[in-house]
Amino acid sequence: MTSIFPAAFVDLEPFAEWSLETEGERYDKRLTSSMDEMQAFYDAAMPHLEAAKDHLDALDLAALPEAETRLLWLLYSLVNVSFPVEVWRQPRVPDSGAANMDAIVQPAV
Amino acid sequence: MAHFAKPAEGSWTEHYPELGTAPVSYEDSISPEHYERERDAIFRKTWLNVGRVEQLPRVGSYFTRELHAARTSVIVVKDKDGTVRAFHNICRHRGNKLVWNDFPGVEVEGTCRQFTCKYHGWRYDLSGDLTFVQQEEEFFDLDKADFGLVPVQAEVWEGFIFVNLDPENTTSAKDYLGKIGAGIEGYPFGEMTEVYKYRATVGANWKLFIDAFAEFYHAPVLHAKQAVADESKKLSGYGYEALHYEIDGPHSMVSSWGGMSPPKDESMVKPIERVLRSGLFGPWDRPIDVGELPAMINPAKSKVWGVDSYVLFPNFMLLVWAPGWYLTYHYWPTAYNEHIFEGALYFVPPKNASERLAQELAAVTFKEYALQDGNTLEATQTMIESRAVTEFPLNDQEVLLRHLHKTARDYVAADGETAVDLAGAR
Repeated sequence: MTSIFPAAFVDLEPFAEWSLETEGERYDKRLTSSMDEMQAFYDAAMPHLEAAKDHLDALDLAALPEAETRLLWLLYSLVNVSFPVEVWRQPRVPDSGAANMDAIVQPAV
Repeated sequence: MAHFAKPAEGSWTEHYPELGTAPVSYEDSISPEHYERERDAIFRKTWLNVGRVEQLPRVGSYFTRELHAARTSVIVVKDKDGTVRAFHNICRHRGNKLVWNDFPGVEVEGTCRQFTCKYHGWRYDLSGDLTFVQQEEEFFDLDKADFGLVPVQAEVWEGFIFVNLDPENTTSAKDYLGKIGAGIEGYPFGEMTEVYKYRATVGANWKLFIDAFAEFYHAPVLHAKQAVADESKKLSGYGYEALHYEIDGPHSMVSSWGGMSPPKDESMVKPIERVLRSGLFGPWDRPIDVGELPAMINPAKSKVWGVDSYVLFPNFMLLVWAPGWYLTYHYWPTAYNEHIFEGALYFVPPKNASERLAQELAAVTFKEYALQDGNTLEATQTMIESRAVTEFPLNDQEVLLRHLHKTARDYVAADGETAVDLAGAR
C-alpha cells in the first residue's frame, strides 16, 4: 500500500485528510468533525506519537522530506484534537460561544 | 489562607494608597465620550509598542500599523543606516494613504527601496525624503525638501519597536517604561524568534480585556474545564494568590507561581501533554540557560515562580514564562466597546520536531484559553453597559485592574479642560 506518510506510519493513511498545513485548516477541520471522527483519529495516531517523534527527530527539521512533512502536519492535527478528545468531549472549547481567533503568523514548518 | 507574604500594610492594594479600596466604577469602559477622550489623551500621547525588530530583517523592510484609536496609520521601516524610523502613512501631495495593498485598512509588510504613492506616483526614500514628483514643473515653487513624510518618534527598547505620536513628547521610551521596564532589560528576547501570532476582534472595551489577563483570580474557575478533573478540583480549592505585585507610574506587573512546567505529578496533566512534555505554561524542557534573571523578573525570587505579567500602559502586555519563552498581548481599540486583540508567542527556534510539537501544543493551548477569556468579556461589556450595577468590589488580587482604570481616568483628566463625569474617579 502506498502512503503519503513515511513507510513506518502507513497505518495512518486512513487519516490522511488530517494532514493539513495551516493552523486555520486544522482548526476548521476540528470544528466540522464529530467526536466519533476525532476519537477514531486520536485512537489511531496517539500510539504512534512517540515513534513519530523519534523518526522526525533524526532528521533536519528545516529540510524534512515531503512524507515526513505530511506526518508532522498530521501530528499538529493530533495536538489540535487532543483537547476535545481528552477533556471537553465537544469540538469547541467550552464557554467560547462564537468567539474566533485567527492565526496570522505561524512557523514556516 | 495566605500562602505568600504581602506588604507590611496588610495588602498589595493598601501598599499603593492612591488606589483606595472602595468599589470601582467601570464608566470609563462603557462611555463613548470617555473613549473619544482616551484616543487623544492616551493613544496620541504615550509610547505604543507596534512590533519587534525581527519584523524588519533588512534595509528597506517595512510594515504598516493601523492605529485606529490614535486616528492614524504609521509606516515603520529600517533605513539605510539601520535606524528604525516611523512616519504617518500619508502622501504629502493630496493625502492618499501611502502604503497599502488592495484594502486600505489592512496592514501590510514587505521590503522596498522607496515608497511610491499609488495615486500620482510621488516617491519617498527610506528616510522619508520626497525624491520624485510626477510632472514637477507643473507645480508652483515646490521645494521637495519641504514635503517629506511626516515623522513619528520611534524607539527600540529591548528589540520592541515603540512609536509616540505626540510631536512634543520629550520622554524616551526607555524612561517612559520606568522602573518596571528597566527591571526586565537584558532578558534574551532576541533569541526567541519563533513566532505564533493570533488576532481576534473582541466586543469589549480594551481595558476590560487587559483586566482579564492582569488577574489570575479567575483562572481556577473560568478555565476549570481545561484541566483533568482532579487537577481542576485541586486548583479551585487552592484559589489564587500572586507572589508579588509592582506598580510604577502607569505600568504594573504581577508575578505568579506555576508548578505546571513540568508538573510535579504527571498524572494530573493531559495524556498529550505527557508525551509532548508541554502545556499552558510552555514546553517543560528549557531551551536555553537564560542565566540570572533581571531584577523585575521573578522579583520575589520564588522557587515556585511560573510567569510574570507586565502591563505596559496603555495597551501592551508582556508575559515572561519560567521555562524560557514569552508572550505579548496588544489591545488595539476600534470603538469604546470593541478592540482588536493580538496575542503572540515567542520561542527559541526549535532544533527538532519534538521541540516544534511542544511549542505547537503551548500555542494551541493559549488559543483555547484566550477564546474563553474573550467570549466572557463580551458578556461583561453588555452587562456593564446595562448600568444595572455601577460599582464593583475588587479584591487584593485584582489590584492591577484598580490601577489600570485609575491610570486611564487620570490621563483623560489631565488632558482635558473639563473633567469627565466619572463616578469612580476618586
